[in-house]
Amino acid sequence: MPKPLPTSVRTHFTALRMLLVMTVVLGIAYPLLVTGVSQVAFSDKANGSIVKSADGKEIGSSLLGQNFNLPKKNPNDPKEQAQPDPKWFQPRPSAAGTGYDPKSSSASNLGPNSDVLLKQVNDNRAADAAFDGVDPASVPADALLGSGSGLDPEISVAYAKEQVNRVAKTRGLSVDTVTKLVDKYTEGRSAGFLGDPGVNVLLLNKALSETK
Amino acid sequence: MSSTLAGWLQALALVGALALCYRPLGDYIAKLLTTAKHLRVERGLYKVIGVDGDADQRWPIYLRSVLAFSAVSVLFLYALQRLQNQLPLSLGNKGVEPHTAWNTAISFVTNTNWQSYAGESTMGHVVQMAGLAVQNFVSAAVGIAIVATLIRGFTRSKTDRVGNFWVDMTRIVLRLLLPLSIVFALVMVANGMIQNFHGFHDIATLGGDTQSIPGGPVASQEVIKELGTNGGGFFNANSAHPFENPTGFTNWLEIFLLLVISFSLPRTFGKMVGDNRQGYAIVSVMGLFWVASAALMTFFESAHGGVALQAAGSAMEGKEVRFGIAASSLFASSTTLTSTGAVNAAHDSLTPGGGGVAIFDMMLGEIAPGGTGSGLYGMLILAIVAVFVAGLMVGRTPEYLGKKLGGREMKFASLYILTTPAIVLIGTGVAMALPGERANMQASGAHGFSEVLYAFTSAANNNGSAFGGLTVNTPWWDTALGLAMVFGRFLPMVFVLALAGSLAQQQPVPATQGTLPTHKPLFVGLLSGVVLIVVGLTYFPALALGPIAEGLH
Repeated sequence: MPKPLPTSVRTHFTALRMLLVMTVVLGIAYPLLVTGVSQVAFSDKANGSIVKSADGKEIGSSLLGQNFNLPKKNPNDPKEQAQPDPKWFQPRPSAAGTGYDPKSSSASNLGPNSDVLLKQVNDNRAADAAFDGVDPASVPADALLGSGSGLDPEISVAYAKEQVNRVAKTRGLSVDTVTKLVDKYTEGRSAGFLGDPGVNVLLLNKALSETK
Repeated sequence: MSSTLAGWLQALALVGALALCYRPLGDYIAKLLTTAKHLRVERGLYKVIGVDGDADQRWPIYLRSVLAFSAVSVLFLYALQRLQNQLPLSLGNKGVEPHTAWNTAISFVTNTNWQSYAGESTMGHVVQMAGLAVQNFVSAAVGIAIVATLIRGFTRSKTDRVGNFWVDMTRIVLRLLLPLSIVFALVMVANGMIQNFHGFHDIATLGGDTQSIPGGPVASQEVIKELGTNGGGFFNANSAHPFENPTGFTNWLEIFLLLVISFSLPRTFGKMVGDNRQGYAIVSVMGLFWVASAALMTFFESAHGGVALQAAGSAMEGKEVRFGIAASSLFASSTTLTSTGAVNAAHDSLTPGGGGVAIFDMMLGEIAPGGTGSGLYGMLILAIVAVFVAGLMVGRTPEYLGKKLGGREMKFASLYILTTPAIVLIGTGVAMALPGERANMQASGAHGFSEVLYAFTSAANNNGSAFGGLTVNTPWWDTALGLAMVFGRFLPMVFVLALAGSLAQQQPVPATQGTLPTHKPLFVGLLSGVVLIVVGLTYFPALALGPIAEGLH
């Protein structure tokens, strides 16, 4: 008869059995259960709150911000800077990949005294003011600063208001029509007091594209 | 409603919700840690793993069980990551690099959840849910199990038995963490968090671009990430990612979840030692530090110090519009005070004052309220030191809850307190002394030093949040921070278990007129003072070189 294993070795086998049981329960059964219930009860949300255009095509997720840039002059030139398309409301600056890339969600991680960040703020301020035809001093901070995820779906109400005139003019719509859309897609705080209000850029732009 | 008022209301709602849970949840945990009854499913599990559920262990055996379980977990998680390309649902990700896999395995087993990788481009769904998320549960349970032995040290007498690790672990997971996770995961999905097994799928965007929408079992992992004070994000952007934190409500709920167990455990302590007032005293100290930190953080972030933020007119860099300054500050304070390390904003872009508060929060040793279990045992160690200091003042042998604090007990308590600072300061010093490693800082000067100090403070205290500018996915950093996490987690546990064993053997002494009452405001003040003095004296020079220098600049 072989000698029994020493206690310290047996403890590790106990540990391994425990880990395997836990893996089956917590690592497989639990997520399957939550997924099953979610897919039945909240299928739209569980699958990413996908937004569809009027003709039924998927155009994004209401939770993820997107770029609204002009097509590149030379699509094969990686150095060419993307230019914002004036007919759309523009999102915040983004540090996710080349902008709003969910394959690499990220913040800039630039410090509060960073020279790089300071230059970005000043450059963005000048560019936004020129683009939207407003006083540089009035450009709100969220238009100058990137978000934590690089995928922020929202902009502040102030930044949306700043863009109304430019969008209305480019599209040949009345300022009043566009302002009403901004109001309509302004999301207040959850339950009235949790978080901050903002304007969902994709939903607003989608509504805009459907307005004649 | 003004932002200020909304900020106050969400903090008040949080305090209210935590206060409501304090008694029922604390009592429930006390019951599951003390009852002799096993559930049928638990009996079955003990049979499968081959342990006697009714036999308590001596502290060295308890420790050996914890260490064996953790060692097996590290190996399993390492293997799972390395073999990822062989697994289903790997989404085309390769096997994880050895140094990253080792760091990540350690990180999740130690409840740190430091991440030197980006989730969406490194980990497939099976590694996330069957590897990382499992550790989110069990590492949280280990912390609660350890504090249970310390409390039993106070409640038991003349015994060498401190509990049974396998029983504690099983009950904490099955009766506490799993049911809460199921409920809150569904609440999260109902509010927009995703829960599916899709990979990326490309869609043509409205603006004529292409965007890849990610998928994954996010809600099931997210909930235990907060509830177990883990903090490892499914995605790189962690709780700033809209799929991990879709609304102002989910954000508030995440803060609630990451605080609720740790803030209720003092009740468990009070209940088990048979004097609820002891629990109120401890929770008061935790609450004081939490309120002070949240208030300071909100103040600094609202004032948006720093040249670049002043130029922009707000500290919104690295923060999401749907949360704003107040909810981001509340999250930042809560996550750094609890060893969670989930972030809903980029901490590297916090103001000098706000970043300093975050570092200081972690330096407190994750005790206000700290990680699940680890927060309470950290605070009880400091309570022991406070009682000892008071004993020195009046010149008598100190006692806490009827147990004498002699030389042996104080040695364990002192070793506990010295361990983490030693790791933080030596680690930071070595990294700063090596030009090649120092070069991984993104910033220079005081802020660059803060990045390094933050990294070692976070790893050694098992927090896991980061000043993300520092490049850490290199063999040196993965190894160094991995070691900081291992020693920062398990050395203190050894001292706590040894202390628990030592206390359990004692015969309780009756309280006399000379006994320091440990449930009165005087003790709350004394303990708060001890916390501040211990941390302040240890870390002041390091803080002066980093955030303080930057703030004065």
